[in-house]
Amino acid sequence: MKKYTNTGNKDTRSGFGAGLTELGQKNENVVALCADLIGSLKMDDFKKNHPERFFQIGIAEANMIGIAAGMTIGGKIPFTGTFANFSTGRVYDQIRQSIAYSDKNVKICASHAGLTLGEDGATHQILEDIGLMKMLPGMTVINTCDYNQTKAATMAIADHHGPVYLRFGRPSVPNFTPENGTFEIGKAILLNEGTDVTIVATGHLVWEALVAAEALEAKGISAEVINIHTIKPLDEEAILKSLAKTKCIVTAEEHNILGGLGESVARVLALNHPAPQEFVAVNDSFGESGTPAQLMEKYKLNNQAIVEAVEKVIKRK
Amino acid sequence: MKPNTQQLNNLTIQVRRDILRMVHAVNSGHPGGSLGCTEFLVALYQNVMDRKPGFDMDGKDEDLFFLSNGHISPLFYSVLARSGYFPVAELATFRLLNSRLQGHPTTHEGLPGIRMASGSLGQGMSVAIGAALTKKMNNDSHLVYSLHGDGELQEGQNWEAMMYAAAYKVDNYIATIDLNGKQIDGPTDEVLHMGSIRAKFEAFGWDVLEIEKGNDIEAVIAGLTEAKSRTGKGKPVCILLHTEMGNGVDYMMYSHAWHGKAPNDDQLANALTQNYCEGESDY
Repeated sequence: MKKYTNTGNKDTRSGFGAGLTELGQKNENVVALCADLIGSLKMDDFKKNHPERFFQIGIAEANMIGIAAGMTIGGKIPFTGTFANFSTGRVYDQIRQSIAYSDKNVKICASHAGLTLGEDGATHQILEDIGLMKMLPGMTVINTCDYNQTKAATMAIADHHGPVYLRFGRPSVPNFTPENGTFEIGKAILLNEGTDVTIVATGHLVWEALVAAEALEAKGISAEVINIHTIKPLDEEAILKSLAKTKCIVTAEEHNILGGLGESVARVLALNHPAPQEFVAVNDSFGESGTPAQLMEKYKLNNQAIVEAVEKVIKRK
Repeated sequence: MKPNTQQLNNLTIQVRRDILRMVHAVNSGHPGGSLGCTEFLVALYQNVMDRKPGFDMDGKDEDLFFLSNGHISPLFYSVLARSGYFPVAELATFRLLNSRLQGHPTTHEGLPGIRMASGSLGQGMSVAIGAALTKKMNNDSHLVYSLHGDGELQEGQNWEAMMYAAAYKVDNYIATIDLNGKQIDGPTDEVLHMGSIRAKFEAFGWDVLEIEKGNDIEAVIAGLTEAKSRTGKGKPVCILLHTEMGNGVDYMMYSHAWHGKAPNDDQLANALTQNYCEGESDY
């Protein structure tokens, strides 16, 4: 199997911060807004380098979304930054009317998504945000897997006209995608070729899928691993092409089983080529306090869970 | 050349005829607040705002207006059409299937003159502030205007926006509150008493002025002109616009009953008789 090297654990939110810093130098229309979480979102550099293009909104996320929408009128490209929960659920109607329905070029950038925020518990974790955002017509939904990819995605979405939800996280995780690589919205990345099962993973679960594929190889199972960083628009072609070979699929995401990547993939299968599918996702519950690793184990969102799901789905072929 | 008072008054009559005929034709829509704010929007578009010919979304080097209380769309559409943004004949498509004139204003159908969807209340002030901040970043000295219902202030997002605009000195922005004292369920004082709106805006750090005669075109122009003179002085400006819901149609006034109700055939005929001017040009 193809080997991937972890060049050192890094948090994806720092990839966002680095991308934003670079964007600030490259594109004078990029502006940044934050709701009292500059440090958590790693927006310090942008603020320092471009104080005239940085807006501290205070703890007022609804106002932040509205201001960002208004700023597009006159050509600015606003990037909003706060936790994923406060970026989506708290301001759903503001996003719906002032950004999505009004087709405004706002980039909603959300850290601390999923369970891996850890100890703060369920009020600050969100497992419903992909579902909320993908249901909005015209919204692009991206969930990046590591530092390098988050940085590349941050820069790529500035060149895409239209609303984008960019989801990333807090913990340090393996950094294994190419440094300064290009990011193509809506284009899945085939990480490992295999013949027995397709594993489609997004966000922090991509590395777990690679670890799972190695364990599966030792058991004589050949797993194809696809990194789906863009959940909407979904790269249906890549999924169906792989499925034609493997005949079964496992989806993996740090999200509720309802409304996430898994359901999007299931729709593609149902419409095109019904096949056995297993879901590695949170089974319709809230999160809780704990270390990220403890939570990922308890809620079955790690490489062992992916291996189990693969063994199960292969038996259903 | 700007229209004179007589021409503006004639236009308010024409706009009222449009509003009444639009809501009557589809037996739905919101005539009450539309009729109450007619003088304001006519004055703004025909006398006060510095507008460029044509329409582009970015609106650089011109004044901008945002309607936050989107349900008074009949008024907005009529004033936009009569200000040259789209054909007056298109008013006949209000609320019909496949129309650009949706029940509440939207950019989605590409209707010239609209820069932001509104309808879900309480969002327009934030949007207007964003547009005003971009004008400052672009070194564009033009102003941003917005209109809000008084009942709409019950939405909490307004207070986030008010706090921000004062703290960050968004002084190229004039927000107008339609103080008609009514909302769907009754008088605002009964639905949710808000106390002194003036005192609240002032406490938040805004420069507040009142237009006592919000249905008198000269008074509205004078108030808007005064408001303009107060911009650029470090504070956002608020106009409290005292209006009468349903103004111009006797049986619609002094009640909240016509907030979201259309007149029947006889009521329309009666209302149009009350709003007639020489040379009317109904669509």
